Amino acid sequence: MTTAPLLDIKDLNVTYGTGAAAVRGVDLTLAAGQKLGIAGESGCGKSTLALALLRLLPAGAKLSGEILLDGEDVLTMKWGRLRAVRWAGASIVFQGAMHSLNAVRRIGDQIAEPMLIHRTAPPSGVRKKVAVLLEHVGLPASRADSYPHELSGGQRQRVMIAMALACDPKLIVADEPTTALDVMIQAQILRLIEQLVAEQNVGLIMISHDLAVLADTCDRLAVMYAGRVVEQGPAAQVYESALHPYAKALSAAFPRIGDPASRHAPRGLAGDPPDPSDLPPGCTFHPRCPVALDRCAVEDQALRGEEERRAACVHV
Amino acid sequence: MTTTDTPTTDTPAKTTSPKSTRALARDRRRQSVARFWRQYRTHRAGLFGLASLALFVLLALLAPLLVGADVQSVTKAPGRPLEAPGGEFPLGTDKYGRTMLGLLIWGARFSLTVGFLAAALSVAIGTLIGITAGHYKGWYATVIMRVTDWFLVMPTLVLAIALASVLSRSIWTIILAIGVTTWPTTARLVRAQTLAVESRPYIERAKALGGGHTHIMTRHVLPNVMPLVLAQTTLVISSAVLTEATLAFLGLGDPTVTSWGGLLQDARDAGATTKWWYVVPPGIAIALVALSFTLCGRAVESVLNPRLGVSR
Amino acid sequence: MTDASTGTTALADPDGPAPAGPSGRGPRARDTVAYLRYGAGKLLGAAVSLFAVLVTSFFLFRIIPGDPVRTITHGRAVSEEQLQALRRQFGIDKPLWEQFTLYCGQALQGDFGNSYQLHDPVGELIWNRLPATLLLTGTAFVLYSLIGVWLGTRSAWRSGGLGDRFNTGLSLTLYSVPSFWLGLMLINVFAVGAGFVPGLFPTGLMESGDGSTGLAHALDVAHHMVLPVVTLVAVGYAQTLLVMRSSLLDEMGGDYLTTARAKGLRDTLVRRRHAVPNALLPTVTLLFVNLGHVVAGQILVETVFSWPGLGGLFYDALSIPDLPLLQGLFFVFAAGVILMNTLADLIYPLLDPRVGR
Repeated sequence: MTTAPLLDIKDLNVTYGTGAAAVRGVDLTLAAGQKLGIAGESGCGKSTLALALLRLLPAGAKLSGEILLDGEDVLTMKWGRLRAVRWAGASIVFQGAMHSLNAVRRIGDQIAEPMLIHRTAPPSGVRKKVAVLLEHVGLPASRADSYPHELSGGQRQRVMIAMALACDPKLIVADEPTTALDVMIQAQILRLIEQLVAEQNVGLIMISHDLAVLADTCDRLAVMYAGRVVEQGPAAQVYESALHPYAKALSAAFPRIGDPASRHAPRGLAGDPPDPSDLPPGCTFHPRCPVALDRCAVEDQALRGEEERRAACVHV
Repeated sequence: MTTTDTPTTDTPAKTTSPKSTRALARDRRRQSVARFWRQYRTHRAGLFGLASLALFVLLALLAPLLVGADVQSVTKAPGRPLEAPGGEFPLGTDKYGRTMLGLLIWGARFSLTVGFLAAALSVAIGTLIGITAGHYKGWYATVIMRVTDWFLVMPTLVLAIALASVLSRSIWTIILAIGVTTWPTTARLVRAQTLAVESRPYIERAKALGGGHTHIMTRHVLPNVMPLVLAQTTLVISSAVLTEATLAFLGLGDPTVTSWGGLLQDARDAGATTKWWYVVPPGIAIALVALSFTLCGRAVESVLNPRLGVSR
Repeated sequence: MTDASTGTTALADPDGPAPAGPSGRGPRARDTVAYLRYGAGKLLGAAVSLFAVLVTSFFLFRIIPGDPVRTITHGRAVSEEQLQALRRQFGIDKPLWEQFTLYCGQALQGDFGNSYQLHDPVGELIWNRLPATLLLTGTAFVLYSLIGVWLGTRSAWRSGGLGDRFNTGLSLTLYSVPSFWLGLMLINVFAVGAGFVPGLFPTGLMESGDGSTGLAHALDVAHHMVLPVVTLVAVGYAQTLLVMRSSLLDEMGGDYLTTARAKGLRDTLVRRRHAVPNALLPTVTLLFVNLGHVVAGQILVETVFSWPGLGGLFYDALSIPDLPLLQGLFFVFAAGVILMNTLADLIYPLLDPRVGR
């Protein structure tokens, strides 16, 4: 109907009350049905970005820029409208499903809660909808009566996904959905997310530190460092032939199965990501960069390149 | 979380650094004390508690100079019974005609002494039981924790009253009664901390190097639970002061010495509870001392464990 | 963290729809069995604790130096035969071990011997005074639990604010005040009248004894109860408040609250439906563990207000000292606390599904 993207983030900045600049000038777009991966080490601002999408950051955090969800700016919404958009417009699959579920309430009630709040299902039909959702994510409907601690880690993540689907949102944000799980379950959950996204034509933003996982699932990738997108482009390209030295290091950090060369490749990066309240001058990556030039210490690098494939590095 | 993280005193020096390991350890300890104080200073309530305590301790120490032991004497009482405040007696007189202000100052000696000693006894028992219950596994720990839990739900004051009523009336009876009934909380806390400390890798190393039970408990666990024990001690002193006052009020105190609770009992015996100068000052003194210790304890606790969110 | 143990079950999780597990009744029945086992364990523990109390109450009051018979006779000149007769009457002429078995057997039948001073059976004395104490303690307990939880919730939700600092400060102060002193103050101000405040509330006993019945009598009792209850609540609510506050602060960092907010719940609903039920768990435990302190407050407040309950009886027995009565009262106080704690243990799984399954 329209060509406007489902989600359009323009020059988003987030500064916490402590002075930490967690997100700095991020632009991202996502069309309906598209899958975008956001990668980066912990502390690079990717989870802050996810929370900012629904204005879930703690009081004291300052946000500027625009987050257009279906053409409507989340940042300027009134509270009532914002509450209506939360979960019904965009929902989140949180990381570490153990703590993201309320330990003393039954699974079924927790899945039903957003449907009752947003009135997307009549109270009489909620139970049935919960059963459908549970079966959708591969759990028996009888699990609705269980408590979170009675489920395994993988099952809890499935419950989180069922919950995220409850109000048929147009956008699902998955924040490290598989981090706490072992490899087998990780693959199962990823397949499940992929399958559901394909079936229901929702937009997906998946956040992870694992570039391989993202490349496997998503159409496009954005790599974040110190609150900024330093490289973005089609998933396969970013993963296989990264332009930014940080993205290169990130993709080398996980060995590729069946590629003996990757085992000998230098892996990992020395040092830690910078403290967001005390960022280095110039390109924020230069203190850890293996190919930094003298000017990197003074010159900030903007994203450059064609529309589809860009990186923020002096070597591009 | 705790201030002394790696014990260095017992590992032989491998490096040829000019400083001995002992000196290094002392340096580190001094640094952690300085760090502790810097953080403690940010708690206003804690500072208030500390200042008010310093005042009370000073009063108690200087009491012989300020008022003299004669203030307790019934026969040498300077005034008429139950005189209202004014002139010679800023806080009036008690039922024997003794000056209330003097008695109040003198009473600080007894209340603080009992508070400190009873808390020391209670915390010592609690720490001993807590560390051993955390260190030794098996039936000993099970039995000892059962006993602790039992003591924990017991009405401790009733137990203390019972003890105080069957033993002879003296300061030692009161200290004993408070000490042996209030240790379970400390024991539980120390046990939990001991378990946490013993799960750290360097304990494993110390065991592998042949450290015995006593060595591990006294050299590794004890220094690590000390900060917690310190916080707990101040909290226990607070309740010991209150319990002492309560026992004295019930007539179980040492009749030969002046205590704040005892003054309140005198007032009640004499049917003089409506004389405000007889009743209000001792009560406020008890509450102020108890509150000060509580505030200090909470400040120490929140320095050690900032997650508690105490008076931020 | 239970993640380590869940790994194996998760592996068995099929990729597609899982086969419908054992019929809905399966897990429920297992829950019931688990709960019964849990409850039985708690009851057994309570029985052991009660026996320990029995033993303690027996020996505690026998380490007394001196001869109890001398105490009873108040040092009057009594012949040796009379003393022997008294010893026989109170059963203290037999060897300690025999006394103990006799004591246990009788205690199990609710027989704690006769009071030295009042000569009535101890059981009867306690039984007659029990309602007054239950009324006072029960009212105070309910009130200070509710007030503590409510104020603690408000404090934590706006932690660091003016209201929080006031609440915390006031409760810490009241917590440091000796209950008997606060009682005396309240009597001075509100019963006797001080300054411009007239004597508003009566004290002493629990009724005026004007022979009123029905509603008028209930109101009369309530009127007498105001000051003692206020005292107990004032010194008792602080701990509830502080624990509720700190456990709610702990919960407030919880990821599940972010989930609740993300779902579009109002702030009040996030608090009421998600945060408070979780924060209540440690608070409830503490409320019951601390019942022992309530007993202490009870004794003092009843003494100060001349409330005709067990606390006052204890104080009276103390001044003699009336050993059988003290013994019986000690047992009743301790047993009451143990029973309430056991009750709490049995109710707890209903509040927290993680316990007892």
